[in-house]
Amino acid sequence: MRIRMRTNPATTTMLLNELPNGAHATVTRVAPASDEVDAVSLRRLAEIGFIPGEPVQLLRRGPGGREPLAVLIGDTLFGLRLLEARCVEVSTDLDARAA
Amino acid sequence: MSTTSNNAGMPWSVALVGNPNCGKTALFNLLTGARQKVANYAGVTVERKIGSTRLANGQSVSVIDLPGTYSLTPATPDEQVTLEVIEGKRRGEDAPDAVVAVVDATNLRMNLRLVLELKRMGRPMMVALNMADMARAQGLNIDVAKLGAELGCPVVETVAVRHDGHAELLELMQREFAAARPTQLAASDFAPSTPAELQREVRRILAIVEPGITTEFANAKRFHHRLDAVVMHPVWGLAILAAVLFLIFQAVFSWANVPMDAIKAGMAWAGEWVTAHMADGPLRSLLVDGAIAGLGSVIVFLPQILILFFFILILEDSGYLPRAAFLLDNLMGKVGLSGRAFIPLLSSFACAIPGIMATRTIANWKDRLATIMIAPLMTCSARLPVYALLIGAFVPDRSVGIFNLRGLTLFGLYVAGVVSAMLVAWVFKRIWIKSRYQPLMLELPPYRMPGARNLALGLMERAHIFLARVGGIIFALMVILWFLSSYPAPPTGASGPAIQYSIAGWLGQALQHVFAPIGFNWQISIALVPGLAAREVAVGALGTVYSMSAAGGEVADALAPVIAKGWSLATAYSLLAWYVFAPQCISTLAVVKRETNSWRYPLLMAAYLFVLAYAAAFVTYRVSVALGGG
Repeated sequence: MRIRMRTNPATTTMLLNELPNGAHATVTRVAPASDEVDAVSLRRLAEIGFIPGEPVQLLRRGPGGREPLAVLIGDTLFGLRLLEARCVEVSTDLDARAA
Repeated sequence: MSTTSNNAGMPWSVALVGNPNCGKTALFNLLTGARQKVANYAGVTVERKIGSTRLANGQSVSVIDLPGTYSLTPATPDEQVTLEVIEGKRRGEDAPDAVVAVVDATNLRMNLRLVLELKRMGRPMMVALNMADMARAQGLNIDVAKLGAELGCPVVETVAVRHDGHAELLELMQREFAAARPTQLAASDFAPSTPAELQREVRRILAIVEPGITTEFANAKRFHHRLDAVVMHPVWGLAILAAVLFLIFQAVFSWANVPMDAIKAGMAWAGEWVTAHMADGPLRSLLVDGAIAGLGSVIVFLPQILILFFFILILEDSGYLPRAAFLLDNLMGKVGLSGRAFIPLLSSFACAIPGIMATRTIANWKDRLATIMIAPLMTCSARLPVYALLIGAFVPDRSVGIFNLRGLTLFGLYVAGVVSAMLVAWVFKRIWIKSRYQPLMLELPPYRMPGARNLALGLMERAHIFLARVGGIIFALMVILWFLSSYPAPPTGASGPAIQYSIAGWLGQALQHVFAPIGFNWQISIALVPGLAAREVAVGALGTVYSMSAAGGEVADALAPVIAKGWSLATAYSLLAWYVFAPQCISTLAVVKRETNSWRYPLLMAAYLFVLAYAAAFVTYRVSVALGGG
């Protein structure tokens, strides 16, 4: 599996919560974005499917337009708050997707 | 126990393991029908569901439904229990002879990770490819034989919503147990795998068993995106939610009144019948005022519980509940609650008991505990008679603009309850359990048609839990309360009400010293003791105390004018403030004990509500007196 680096200027890597509604992307990395997200939450993110190489689509946001976010990860739809969505790095370059 | 030694009449046992929303409970219901028992695992609040099913050869198999889980990393009590039961390390539980991994066939990408983890535990395993009909309808042609070969264990298709959808699984169990293969012991202790490692294996298997299926293809068929666009819409979604909540509130609040009145009337009739057919004496009093009244006070809650859970089960099974939680998460999150807390809190306006039972839909324990703790602050319907009496007696029937002053007062009392609940939740989450941030990570499963079997079994389960677990405690306390209010009997020639001479009366007189600073007289103090049974009983008790006090003279008229004359305005306001928090409801404390599996939380709840009630009443009384209401 190829993991695109943030430093590579040819690809667009961003955080999951920065995607516009409806956008497709591929998970590249799951990393803590703040002290409030502990190791258990990070592990849980991976367990529910936020794994490098998995296809992801941000469907919509909750009332107010900020959070929660409705995210299709693989074939499963999850509601995430901003804090945990910020822990997921994605690439909008769909070639990064694993088979 | 090993499978080879299991011939001597001990039934075979299997454990159902699977992701949340894979239809595991529906499959469990199909396998076991009404032959199931629900309890808690010792020491934790994880539900233990066990039942039995019969194979074609007449053999009985005991089935354990383990909690839905995404992985076997023991991070939550649910996962801890799941892991321990499968490994046979849970005290008091035998290891199951085989594990049945229940898999949502429409979402192998996610479900297979858990199957692979289970496989690594080395227990005998079967895979039930559930919702096989839906997978086929969605164009996912899963090669069952190849999947079995890749996983190295037998795989069968099941359809939990069809009455014979478990036939293949039963046949497989019979074959497996007949073969009586010796248990493969895991070579070493089970070590969890990383999700990334598991997912590589899942991708490899998917490419073999359902080649050419892309996520875009699968998801377009799996989810109803156009329905979600309305249901989860910031405006339309909230409008639909408001309509749904209004319907539930209406149902629990008013539809339940008909059966509840019937139960009360039935119990009153039973009491009269016994009174008419038995000689007067302590035994008759125990039967009528203790046992029958106690029983009545238990089953009177049943209509509300059943109606509320009828709606909750439909909303849950259809997939709407998590979407509603999604819509409300931002709002509820501001005070540190989960979006899922809204249904328990809403139902608590009718009665905290079904509300607290409904907190089971909140997966996170701390969120659930915070919701349970504030549920009694929602103004329950039992407080209405008290409010109505006091408002009727003390608040003038006057218009304020287009509103009525009495209506405004009542509204204000409801608002006071909600506002204090929010404050308590905030304090509770920030200070006591010190959790600043809770992740949401809420699965929004595809919409599904709720099934009648699951609905019926779900309702039976709730009714059973309430009657068997909570009912016993409430009933026992009612009988104790009867004893306290009846003994010792008043001396001959006594002029006061009988209750005044009883232990409850003494308690009331003693409590008077506690309650004097907040303006309560001895009559109120006594009424608070039987008011422990249910808040509205306090009104009846006040009536008893006052009408009996006037026994020698004229018969008391309606209670309202009596207390309007006898109490100061400050006392009335103080009692209203007291009842916004009103800690004294034994039934609520009993259900909290059952739901939290400990006496710690009901005691804590009673203590904090008492402190708040006392403080609020004290401030109200002193301010009213200072303003000339004394």
